[in-house]
Amino acid sequence: MTWLFNNGDLIGQLVVAHLLIAIPPIILSFVISVPIGWVANRFSWSRGTLLTVLGLLYAIPSLPLFIILPLVIGSGLRDSVNLVVALTLYGIALMVRTSADGLASVDPDVRQSASAVGFSASSQFFRVELPLAGPVLLAGIRVVAVSTISLTTVGAVIGIDSLGSLFTDGFQRGIAVEILTGIVLTIMLALGIDALLVLLGRILMPWVAVNSGRVARRERRRTQRAVTA
Amino acid sequence: MNIFMQGILWVLDPAHYGGVDGIETRVGQHLLISVGVLAVASIIAIPLGYVIGHTGRGRSLAIGASGAIRALPTLGLLIIIALVVNVGLLAPFIALVVLAIPSILAGAYSGFEAVDRRGIDAARAVGMTELQIVGRVEMPLGLPLLIGGLRTASLQVIATAMLADYVGGGGLGHFIFLGLKTNDYPQMLAGSIVVILLAILSEVLFSIVQRLVIPAGVTAGRPQDVRVKSTRSRAALG
Repeated sequence: MTWLFNNGDLIGQLVVAHLLIAIPPIILSFVISVPIGWVANRFSWSRGTLLTVLGLLYAIPSLPLFIILPLVIGSGLRDSVNLVVALTLYGIALMVRTSADGLASVDPDVRQSASAVGFSASSQFFRVELPLAGPVLLAGIRVVAVSTISLTTVGAVIGIDSLGSLFTDGFQRGIAVEILTGIVLTIMLALGIDALLVLLGRILMPWVAVNSGRVARRERRRTQRAVTA
Repeated sequence: MNIFMQGILWVLDPAHYGGVDGIETRVGQHLLISVGVLAVASIIAIPLGYVIGHTGRGRSLAIGASGAIRALPTLGLLIIIALVVNVGLLAPFIALVVLAIPSILAGAYSGFEAVDRRGIDAARAVGMTELQIVGRVEMPLGLPLLIGGLRTASLQVIATAMLADYVGGGGLGHFIFLGLKTNDYPQMLAGSIVVILLAILSEVLFSIVQRLVIPAGVTAGRPQDVRVKSTRSRAALG
């Protein structure tokens, strides 16, 4: 426990370093994936190719990706940009399919009504499709956020500072408290960011009822039953 | 010369084969760890998943637990176990089993859930016992989704087994960690290339098996993407 009291500064710095690496990929993968998801839906011939190719990114193990990426983008191996790009790629791999599914879930009747009452293509996207796809997109970005925050720790083994440094340092010095601190803080950060995203969802999408998940599930089950009956 | 080419040449160099540090030895270790982990995780997760899928109970608990594991950093788990049980193979093995269970569990129960309820009612109506329903209706029909779960788990395990050597567990991660220490970039690339090939091989093999296990006659309602939507969708670690 003495380790914990003596290293408050270090822990604070590592939390900040961790967030600086983890947050850009979460935002970037959202901003990049939504347009790709839109393209995948708009041009149906591109859907299969886009989703398959980007999904394949997910099959590349992260440690090897951290090693190969510097050769492609010209960054240093221990450069945190390296990690940010790698995590963004993983985020995109997860998020593109969700974006395509979310945008596809918008009722075609609603889309036609929107264009009938005179929405231009772009305002239809921003003011009709995007908000209606919101709950699905939120679910997707929450998964991306949690996995990105957890994955950031792996950078520590190639020497990029994050909460993962508490694992490697604690291992070398045999301090269990240090490693446990790293695990607990990583989980807390993940849960914290997750809660923030939920809150953001409530603010941006106030019309989504608190128990919408339950309602949606019930609705889905009802339609399924209607289809099979 | 292009540094990437050097990595490929490193893999092809006959001097890097044979002995404890030979590429084939490390590939063997890596595969052995991965297959062992998948076997142990399957023994735990498949029966449990079948119980959840057949009875429909405990599903939300399974989803909740899988979600919690998603937030758990595998590197930290692996290292803390290594500190308790000492360096070697055991710590990565346990950590990887924990990592693999959620995907296999999800594959097992979602496979059962995907079975048409009318099929099960029909099986019951013709007089099958509960055990017969499980063994002769739900298990064969749910197999493609179970294999999908194993496919996701296999990818995660092969990727994350790279971290095993950090605590002295061997495997292909050895080339990366040795390369990092000696600043030998081609060696790190070599390890990366070989493990990516293994990951692709696993994907190809499992996708073939998935096609083969679809029971004859099941063409209507054939799942388009039999890969399990993992409750732990996260990038493969390691």
